[in-house]
Amino acid sequence: MMPLLATETISELLREGIDLPVFDFWDIPPIGETGALILAAIVHVALLAGFFGLPAFAGIWAERKVSARIQDRLGPTRTGGRFGWLQSLADGIKLLQKEDLWPNAADSMLFRVAPYVVVVSSFAAFLFLPFSDGWVALSLDVGLFLALAILSLEVLGIILAGYSSGSKWSLFGGMREAAQMVSYEVPLGITAVIPVLIAGSMNLNEIGRMQSGWFWNWFIFHDPFTFLAFFVFFTVTLASNKRAPFDLAEAESELVGGFHTEYSGFRWSVFFLAEYASMYFVSALGVILFLGGWWTGIAPIDNFFRASGDWRVNYLGNVLGFAVLLIKSSKLVFLQIWIRWTLPRLRIDQVMVTCLKYLVPISCFLFLGATTWSLLAPGRVAMGMKPGLGARAIEAAVETPATESEAAIVRPVDDAHVAMSDDSSMIGGAK
Amino acid sequence: MELLLFTVFAAAACGGAIAVVLSQNVVRMAFYLVISLGSTAGLFFMLNADFVGATQLLIYVGGTVVLLIFGVMLTASGPFLTIKSSPGDMVQAILVGALFLGMVVVTVLQVDWDGNAAKLESRYGVSSLERPGYNQRGEGHTTRSIGAALLGARFDKDLGKNREQPSTGYLLPFEIVSVHLLVVLIGAAYLARAKRRVNVPSEF
Repeated sequence: MMPLLATETISELLREGIDLPVFDFWDIPPIGETGALILAAIVHVALLAGFFGLPAFAGIWAERKVSARIQDRLGPTRTGGRFGWLQSLADGIKLLQKEDLWPNAADSMLFRVAPYVVVVSSFAAFLFLPFSDGWVALSLDVGLFLALAILSLEVLGIILAGYSSGSKWSLFGGMREAAQMVSYEVPLGITAVIPVLIAGSMNLNEIGRMQSGWFWNWFIFHDPFTFLAFFVFFTVTLASNKRAPFDLAEAESELVGGFHTEYSGFRWSVFFLAEYASMYFVSALGVILFLGGWWTGIAPIDNFFRASGDWRVNYLGNVLGFAVLLIKSSKLVFLQIWIRWTLPRLRIDQVMVTCLKYLVPISCFLFLGATTWSLLAPGRVAMGMKPGLGARAIEAAVETPATESEAAIVRPVDDAHVAMSDDSSMIGGAK
Repeated sequence: MELLLFTVFAAAACGGAIAVVLSQNVVRMAFYLVISLGSTAGLFFMLNADFVGATQLLIYVGGTVVLLIFGVMLTASGPFLTIKSSPGDMVQAILVGALFLGMVVVTVLQVDWDGNAAKLESRYGVSSLERPGYNQRGEGHTTRSIGAALLGARFDKDLGKNREQPSTGYLLPFEIVSVHLLVVLIGAAYLARAKRRVNVPSEF
């Protein structure tokens, strides 16, 4: 009997045949591999699609309220009773009713396809996001790499939208977006690699799991370089989401609406659905990479839920982790909104200078610094406050039931393999 | 199930490739190229080669095609640039394409697939990836193996053998290639810049 916590994915669970304590009274025969795959895909996608709408719903309302407060207004107050909390729904219904039109000058096929490229890629990125320990649709060892790869497809949709609109405003928006993203992907990649370097894994679930315990175990407090790296990462994600001060692609005061000038109705709203969802996605990514993921940062609480043998308590712990991740990422989303409404927009040349002359060298320096720190002071967190990751990782491996994949990694296959894993952990510098 | 997915991805890859050739609008070509390359990445994922698939997405779809469209947008004179190839070009292209297709088909047909599979099975008992001691999921599908191979340890070859001389690593060639690419990049930037050097006071 496996506890629920230890199952990596639903598809694995189904392939083994369902034998959960929950379903004791309800005997489900093991279904075949194909059936399990299809069922797992449907479950994951349905859950994620439900979750996908949430950041947009909450984000648009928060954007209105926060911007209003910053500008000494009230914002929406009446929709849905108090605080205008149903404003996003009202917006959505209004947008659906609008006429769906496209300009004569547009390349109509690309014009119609572009919003879907944006929304599909922003949705697909959520597949790799662990919402709690093991709560991830696809737990891959290339998780972070693949998530960044898929996020870069979102840019493609925006460039296509800008180009195919057949309007000068849109073309300018698209070109700026292309120039901006091609440059900002470099520091984004380098800063995202720093936690990978410390964790020794690109699996987002593993990276999150490494940061258990007290909050000084979070990678942001690992050493001075990771501390700075988080802020660089946050700045770069602002740019990759085209949020102010990097919203050159929209720039409503100079380009009308930038790449989405010619869009209306449903297709326009799809762009915004994707924008708010990926705002949330990069915030959650930042939380998992630097801010301790789903851990509360107070060791006794997490340990209580994890050490308990009862699967119900474990499950509750996971629900708590999910809530913690939601709260942490919502705070980052709030920060993004706050920055948008307080900072002026940069000019395009300033955007490029900021990236190529400042952010790229800074992130390279931080990368080198983090590498050297791991080599010189292995297993120590910032300022030598605490015996570091190495001891803790061993503790964690001993005290928690290893999941299937972990067990497979840890299990010594033979000499060559063991020697290899020693080597790679030396290179990773943290185990 | 696997066959169905393979059919979908393969059809999208081939259809996209044909559409690239037949389309005359450059940006549409780029979009069809995205479909074709993206489906190829899907085929890689189906083969459990998740690292190669992710790289395909990041480099070709996210990088090369974006740069391609960017280049078109910077250089295009009209709103929608079209390319019309002359009949002579078409004949040449078809000839070269047919030759290449012929070469691929001949090569594929020459390999004795069933015989090789049987040979592998007789050597390891099962297919090479499922043999004992090689836990594909435990090795992180392909990432861990690739990382180890860069350093000179091959799980798929050295496992269970104590060799005096292990397989060679790929780190040095990899580094040389990357430094080479960096040199090319800097050189290209320098050459492109040297033509118009204007003294604009920097404001930032």
